Amino acid sequence: MIRLFKKMTRSQALYALGVVIFISLQVVFELTVPDYMSEITIKVNTPGSTVGDIFASGRMMLLFSLLAFAASVLSRYFSARLAASFSQHLRKLIFDKVETFSMEEIDRFSTASLITRSTNDCTQIQNIMSRAFNQLVRVPITAGYAFYKISTRYWQWLAFTAASISLLIALLIFLIIYAHPRFRRMQGYTDRLNEVTRENMTGMRVIRAYNAEDYEEEKFDRANLELTMNALQARRAMGLMQPVTRFINNELNVGIYCIGAFLIASAGAAEQLVIFSEMVVFSTYAARIVRAFMGLNMIFNMIPRASVAAERINAILDTEPKIADGPALMETKERGSLEFRNVSFTYPGAAAPALSDVSFTAEPGRTVAFIGATGSGKTTLVDLVMRFFDAGEGEVLVDGRNVKDYPLEELRDKIGYASQQAVLFTGTVRSNVSYSEEDIEEDVRRAVRIAQAEDFVNGMPEGIDSPVNRGGTNVSGGQKQRLSIARAIYQRPEFYIFDDSFSALDYKTDRALRSALKRETAGVTTLIVAQRIGTIRDADRIIVLDEGRVAGQGTHDELMRSCTVYREIARTQLSQEDL
Amino acid sequence: MAKDRYDLGQVQMKTSAGRRGDMKAAEKPKDFKSSWKMVLRYSRRYFPLVAAGVICAVLSVVLTLFGPDTLRQITDLITAGMKSGNMDKERIVALSVRIMIIYGIGALITYAESWSMTTYSARLTQTMRREISRKLNRIPLSRADSSSFGDLLSRVTNDIDTLNVALDRTVAEMVAAVITFAGCAFMMLITDLRLALWSIGSSLLGFAAMRRIIRISQPYFIKRSVYLGRLNGHIEEMYAGHIIVKAYNGEEESKKTFDGINELLYEANWKSQFLSGMMMPIMEFVSNLGYVAVCVFGAWMVSRGETSFGVIVAFIVYVKLFTQPLTQVAEGTTSLQTAAAASERIFQFLREEEMEDESGKIADCGGMGAGEVVFDHVSFGYTPDKKVIRDFSFTVPPASHVAIVGPTGAGKTTLVNLLMRFYELDSGRILIGGRDTSAMTREAVHDLFCMVLQDTWLFNGSVRDNLAFGKKGVTDEEIKKACRAAGIHRFIESLPQGYDTLLTDDSNMSAGQRQLMTIARAMIADAPFLILDEATSSVDTRTEQQVQEAMNRLTEGRTSFTIAHRLSTIRDADVIIVMRDGDIAETGSHEELLKAGGFYAELWNSQFNEGAAI
Repeated sequence: MIRLFKKMTRSQALYALGVVIFISLQVVFELTVPDYMSEITIKVNTPGSTVGDIFASGRMMLLFSLLAFAASVLSRYFSARLAASFSQHLRKLIFDKVETFSMEEIDRFSTASLITRSTNDCTQIQNIMSRAFNQLVRVPITAGYAFYKISTRYWQWLAFTAASISLLIALLIFLIIYAHPRFRRMQGYTDRLNEVTRENMTGMRVIRAYNAEDYEEEKFDRANLELTMNALQARRAMGLMQPVTRFINNELNVGIYCIGAFLIASAGAAEQLVIFSEMVVFSTYAARIVRAFMGLNMIFNMIPRASVAAERINAILDTEPKIADGPALMETKERGSLEFRNVSFTYPGAAAPALSDVSFTAEPGRTVAFIGATGSGKTTLVDLVMRFFDAGEGEVLVDGRNVKDYPLEELRDKIGYASQQAVLFTGTVRSNVSYSEEDIEEDVRRAVRIAQAEDFVNGMPEGIDSPVNRGGTNVSGGQKQRLSIARAIYQRPEFYIFDDSFSALDYKTDRALRSALKRETAGVTTLIVAQRIGTIRDADRIIVLDEGRVAGQGTHDELMRSCTVYREIARTQLSQEDL
Repeated sequence: MAKDRYDLGQVQMKTSAGRRGDMKAAEKPKDFKSSWKMVLRYSRRYFPLVAAGVICAVLSVVLTLFGPDTLRQITDLITAGMKSGNMDKERIVALSVRIMIIYGIGALITYAESWSMTTYSARLTQTMRREISRKLNRIPLSRADSSSFGDLLSRVTNDIDTLNVALDRTVAEMVAAVITFAGCAFMMLITDLRLALWSIGSSLLGFAAMRRIIRISQPYFIKRSVYLGRLNGHIEEMYAGHIIVKAYNGEEESKKTFDGINELLYEANWKSQFLSGMMMPIMEFVSNLGYVAVCVFGAWMVSRGETSFGVIVAFIVYVKLFTQPLTQVAEGTTSLQTAAAASERIFQFLREEEMEDESGKIADCGGMGAGEVVFDHVSFGYTPDKKVIRDFSFTVPPASHVAIVGPTGAGKTTLVNLLMRFYELDSGRILIGGRDTSAMTREAVHDLFCMVLQDTWLFNGSVRDNLAFGKKGVTDEEIKKACRAAGIHRFIESLPQGYDTLLTDDSNMSAGQRQLMTIARAMIADAPFLILDEATSSVDTRTEQQVQEAMNRLTEGRTSFTIAHRLSTIRDADVIIVMRDGDIAETGSHEELLKAGGFYAELWNSQFNEGAAI
């Protein structure tokens, strides 16, 4: 956690300093108030002191109360600034870092975990900054200063106070050992319960079809009971806190007075008044110390959670993306050529390579298709062209240059890419199609037209300016795919990469789209990953992949003759007379 | 490759749970009173606990109020002793012991209060959660399919936690606070009228200031949660679409958007936090102000002989006790309001319309074979104004294979929804084995069918549980037999714990293997009718063959309804129902339909058309 706090900027460190200074001031001012009470006590009991004397002390009390108030407000101002500013800074550090990640890092953390780290974990840190940090400063200062103030000649009072506080510490230790872990476990139980609920929701049809309602209810009840029991244990233990502290506070007060009575009785007449006023003030300080210790409970509850969050955030910040820009390059002479030279690739942690010894070339303007079983390496192959991953052995050459030599931006500018699962962002049809480029209406319309999306886009209430919901939930799967293809077309790239982007289209649309592409964007080299033979049978070259190896390449007809893997795929999809 | 790269839906479920802690802005319930009335009605079972809690809260406060008065007596005895030189030590000790015992009893009672309230709130919310899960099984699918329902459900789970906290702490605290407030005021007034007015006056002043600050800070809290939601939304979206951000060099644009929202959030964040942070200093100041007022005016009065020093000591404690409840009431009101809004949604959920009661219907169709299925003048629409199926009549002979085809979105699942009685017909009848399905209970209808859906739904649990899925008395042999027939037995055996292996979200199972599991599940269910959503689009070609074989084995001897995505697989079906735009376009066998030259023929031919080249 400390490592994370080292990331503070100078202004945040100043805010933190402000918090420390003003909390110290506040504590000092607050603890000065009872001193004047002691003065008043003596004055009241001293014959001959005037009302004016009392009010003079009263004015000082009021002054220090006001000063304490002002210091407290200022400390809170700095602490609010500190927490908000540090969490803003942290969120930005994380987000900017994640934006540099390649798919390898994304896969390693998993998207879900990255999101939690950037949102919840940051909030955790913000909470600890705003609350626990204050306490962390306040507790030792209050306890120390109050102890200093009450260090009197009378060990009886000190011993009694110490005994009471050890009771308090015992309670704290019990809570830290018994209750805090249970509170931390609560999230796990809640997640489990939510998971069962989510299952019930997503599997509703299956559950009803199998009349498995009772079974699911039993499962839910078990999770519910676990959660409830854990919550009961944690809360019942925590319930001890209030009565015990209140009891300690009260008995401390009475005890101090009772002891005081004996001290006064045994003292000389001259001493009596001093002891009496000391007693009144002592009880006030003792109450402060008790309160300060209670603040520890919160800190001990928060710190473990926050340090877990801090570790998780550090893990992101410490990660250096493996894939970096290549040196800036001169313009390439070739345009639209791609070559794989003996490329092999193994996913980190995987035993077997995803691609082994893959070689092929794609000439400018031609269409190369990749087909094979799931896990045969089709997506991996195009990911290497995009440099989502880097080839382990061999070379991937785009326009005659190794992809690793390009600045990433330059390389990716050459390619119009549509991913396996179509991704749409919140915005409009237009903002999605012209994503990250200058927005030219005419070009958007052209891309939408070629992608066979014109009909449904025009059918939307505001045409190309119609809103797209987050995750594209207001368009169907096939429409999403067409819009993501339109985005690729809009770039006017040298290459298209369509990673299984036609799967949700019906055969008619699939065909119309491909012929429109051919007609209107001639000269663009096209790489298509597909499952359906129908989509790729007209490609200039088909690469058949089987467990990461090239099992055959050539045209449809050539492969039908020479490649058993291809024939097998074809047999499952085409009827006898087509073959 | 990690498949969750794109799985936004799952991601949102995961984070929404964590986000609730940040919504500090109090929501306003529509009807505060009636929602609390409902909560009370729900609490009837726990009446003894609630009553005990409230009584204990009152008792513990009353006992606390003895304290300052005893302290006053002790102080007065000490000052008297100082003056006379003869301290009444025995009396002081006796008083101290007595009050310590009272404090001890008070602490026990306070704990009893917190124990009963904790138990009550935990048990009540447990019951509510259970009712919600029961509810989930009783609402019609037509409601469950609507998007607002999912949102409501995920909010309700959070709402229950909110209510839990409010009932656990706030209710008893509020009761105690009000009594402490009144009791303190009473004790102060009878002890010393003028001092009482001074301290009460200064405390109320502070309270008024606090109310103001709460009002001022509200909008910032609302802004804060809005910006936080927006920022988290942006983060989720960008991470989930990372591959596209990278592919199109969209990083700068994405960072710019992020920075913009982050800055807004920072402003709202520190302002809301600062303002709410002001509460404590103000309360401390009020408390100090009361302390000063008591000390100064008390001393003045003592010096004039109008009161005793013990009164001052007592008042110092009273002022402390008196200012506490003010903060608690202020915070408690906000919390009660949020809880009322939460319980409003919970009850709205629990009031959702349920499926009709079917206790009078035929509950058991045991022994029915793969009989005839008759659609008799069936009409249906998802919304009243748009009929999807109009007057459809058709007879499916026993043990025949029916295929339902059509483009994506043509409404192929509608027929399944009606057959399974997931949705109710608008008019007409569906007869299975000569019996009207609307005269049977839904469970009885479901017992007649086994189902394999495109969504290969498996839950977190063991392989065995997933396969037997609620069916009682299934032997291991039956399970293994089904798995062998489905061609998944060897795979399961190869898992670390075989049939006892726990499946989780990130279990390393391919789509094909999941599909085979669901086929095995259908075989174990062993019902005479079968519904197959033939979903092989996500399965590779080799596994697909395996799946196809398993499905063929499953259809043997059953009347089957297959939703077909690839025409090549269903040409042997006895009957093909062709759907188009949510409507039934044609019916007939493959040959008949091709001959007819309608929509089916068009679909069939487009499949292999070589016209365009790429």
